[in-house]
Amino acid sequence: MSSTTHISSGQDRRPRGAPPLFRRRSAIPGFGLSLGLTVSLLSLIVLIPLSAVILKASGQSFSQFLEAGFSPRALGAYRLSFGAAFVAAAVNAVFGVLTAWALVRYEFPGKSIINGLVDLPFALPTAVAGIALAALYAPNGWVGQYLEPMGIEAAYTPLGVVIALTFIGLPFVVRTIEPVLRDLSADVEEAAASLGAGRLSIIGRVILPALGPAWLTGFALSFARGVGEYGSVIFIAGNMPFKSEIAPLLIVIQLEQFNYQAASTIAVVMLSASFAMLLVINAIQAWARKRSA
Amino acid sequence: MSPRSSTQDPWWVKALVLSLVAVFLSLILVLPLVSVFAEALRQGLGPALEAMSTPDAIASIKLTLLTAAVAVPFNIVFGVAAAWAVAKHEFWGKSLLISLIDVPFSVSPVVAGLIYVLIFGSHGWFGSWLIDHNIKIIFAVPGIMLATLFVTFPFVARELIPLMQEQGVDEEEAAASMGAGGWTTLWRVTTPNIRWGLLYGVLLCNARAMGEFGAVSVVSGHIRGLTNTMPLHVEILYNEYDFVGAFSVAALLCLLSILTLILKGLLEMLQPQVRRAGH
Amino acid sequence: MTISIRSVEKQFARYPALRGVSLEVQPGELLALLGPSGSGKTTLLRIIAGLEFPEAGQVAFDDQDVTFASAAARKVGFVFQQYALFRHMTVAKNIAFGLDVRKAKDRPARAEINRRVEELLGLVELGGLGGRYPAQLSGGQRQRVALARALAVSPQVLLLDEPFGALDATVRKSLRKELRRIHNATGVTTIFVTHDQEEALDLADRVAILNQGSIEQVGTPQEVYDQPASAFVCSFVGETNRFDGAVSGGRFVCGSVSLAVDCADGPKTAFVRPHDLVVAPDGFEAQIVRVTAQGPVIQIEAHTASDQPIEISLSRQEAGSIAVGQTLRLAARKIHLFDPVD
Repeated sequence: MSSTTHISSGQDRRPRGAPPLFRRRSAIPGFGLSLGLTVSLLSLIVLIPLSAVILKASGQSFSQFLEAGFSPRALGAYRLSFGAAFVAAAVNAVFGVLTAWALVRYEFPGKSIINGLVDLPFALPTAVAGIALAALYAPNGWVGQYLEPMGIEAAYTPLGVVIALTFIGLPFVVRTIEPVLRDLSADVEEAAASLGAGRLSIIGRVILPALGPAWLTGFALSFARGVGEYGSVIFIAGNMPFKSEIAPLLIVIQLEQFNYQAASTIAVVMLSASFAMLLVINAIQAWARKRSA
Repeated sequence: MSPRSSTQDPWWVKALVLSLVAVFLSLILVLPLVSVFAEALRQGLGPALEAMSTPDAIASIKLTLLTAAVAVPFNIVFGVAAAWAVAKHEFWGKSLLISLIDVPFSVSPVVAGLIYVLIFGSHGWFGSWLIDHNIKIIFAVPGIMLATLFVTFPFVARELIPLMQEQGVDEEEAAASMGAGGWTTLWRVTTPNIRWGLLYGVLLCNARAMGEFGAVSVVSGHIRGLTNTMPLHVEILYNEYDFVGAFSVAALLCLLSILTLILKGLLEMLQPQVRRAGH
Repeated sequence: MTISIRSVEKQFARYPALRGVSLEVQPGELLALLGPSGSGKTTLLRIIAGLEFPEAGQVAFDDQDVTFASAAARKVGFVFQQYALFRHMTVAKNIAFGLDVRKAKDRPARAEINRRVEELLGLVELGGLGGRYPAQLSGGQRQRVALARALAVSPQVLLLDEPFGALDATVRKSLRKELRRIHNATGVTTIFVTHDQEEALDLADRVAILNQGSIEQVGTPQEVYDQPASAFVCSFVGETNRFDGAVSGGRFVCGSVSLAVDCADGPKTAFVRPHDLVVAPDGFEAQIVRVTAQGPVIQIEAHTASDQPIEISLSRQEAGSIAVGQTLRLAARKIHLFDPVD
């Protein structure tokens, strides 16, 4: 840019008094290169390919779109994907809070192992989780053999889907709530106690409301992840159309039959749902920030 | 006043919570993990090792390692570039960019595979051109790479962006005022401050790259010995009722993820600030 | 080196940070940029350093236009408010950084760099601490490291942003002397930003006072104190009593306060420093509500007859044996009159 002996002048840059460009000039170099690289890679790997699916789905009439995207079989698949993801997120919302509570508030043997294990769903390949859960909850599996006499069929039913999605979603709830719970200082509870509140009303009226936004966020993240999940589910789901077939599997099936348009249509429906959830999650987090500010 | 502190739960509450958590985590996390090894070793160690060393299994291991070897460096370059642009500069549309980087996390892995089929598949945008020039992307290794890049895209970036935003620009400005150029500043001032966060992102990215199933499954074509990664190999063996084989390869992946968790735990213990919620 | 700032303007997202600022800094001078927070003083300093760039105007070092030159090209030493020490480097490495990053052909030999680091450690009185990390130092020691690091590259200008802002009062005082000593030893043109008027008056050769993005006055500490150019300067620098009233027939009147002035008629705001109030038999009345003795000076809080609180500093002889409840008659030795301000 300039030699060490002569300091370059800015005469040739842009006219004096010009309004700021879309960013302030910065003393830290590398803006053009780093932003250029970021935007190009993002466009090439993510944005342009994603637009392909939208283009493909929009290359048909509206009635065709409805037929492909909302056929009874597709509706059944959405119902299962969204329904099971919702139930799993609800299960996680309950047990995730308990787990986070135990990790933050209690000392017990093996705590650090449990703490590490909570992240297992992030680290374990979904296919491995899928076959492990299928083996475990099959009628002759370690757990399934006790469920069968009770008349509970877990594997190859919607219940199996819920189990797999619970596995996948658990860390989202725990890891979202944990830091909030940790930051919730003991003096707030002590203040409540000094004002005469009993333990249960402290939990009900001080702690849980403070956890609210994190809880909702964790629930939404777990739900969003569950809706699109594929690997861990297909082994335990049974994959019967209208009954135990999830939406991502239906996309794969359409693709294998070269029904690209139908596959894209279902994909677009699911993408719209994901982005709607992303907006909801952002809104919850913005609300939480505003509340805590 | 009760003798126990007001912020402590009664013993029975603690016992109840801990037993509920223990039962739940056993059913959802512990037993599945244990069952993988139990199923793998059902007929002893010999058959398990044998299943891991068939030519197809070895080929799948190689392809998985290759995939990670491509995805991780790519992710580092992208993550550092994105974090440098976002955290060290002000520009219009920044929060939109941050949201867009996260998009792959909210897209079903199956859709991640589908989009590349639509572009590079035989009926896709570039399908006939690729066939004419005898280039294979879908049902071949490049497709697997692309799908893996897509699903791992945000890992390092979302680890580094908040970390570098928190650290501010003072040290970089100080370096600039002392005459350091961009690369020198990045290498000597910024990198030492972000290395643990970077390592954390790399760990997670690597685990996902090696373990990805849905996206890779759509673009792979499941050609044994050629386009099967380890998770796809597990699926094939499982669907052929070769349970010992499937669970043996799965056990190998389990060991890998346990190793990831141990390293991650160590990192969080030594560098508590790297832990971020919600991957 | 002379630093010339000519009509510099800088706009941040919603508000103007600097509106047409011009300033000339003489070679070897120690200049303070003084102002309340949000006055634009730090922005001006960063523009001189090349860490920010103005929308209009010019910055020149001697006769060279450096308005858009990079920070690296300007050869300035910058001491950051929070010091911005490199956490992962030892003190010695921090200080050597500016020399280490030079291109091979301009870089001094290793031994020469080490010698320079030792010399600077001695200058800031941190000899023997070169092997420590910033986290192992006290706030005052970090400040000294930041100073040594900025000086290592033999800058033409030394710029300091609130150099003592993060330190406690006693350390601040001793470091102030230190900076003066180092300035005298190196002779480098130095500009520092502060919101503490006492610090600025105590340390600087000249003070530039900023308010809302404009320079209100530039002058020696004595000039800005004795001849404030604006009501803002008068009230920001030093203690004052403020009276909003009007001049008529050679007297300024505000409630029960009446002072002799030499000024045309009209509404005015008057400032009188506590030590410019003197006991006078024909003066206005004030009732004492509190008396504190601070060494040779007696500080008095009083209320005028129209119930305005005022402060008075008297020497022990002048004060005699005054007590709370007593009524004084006061006149002003010196009055600063300005057109009415809000």
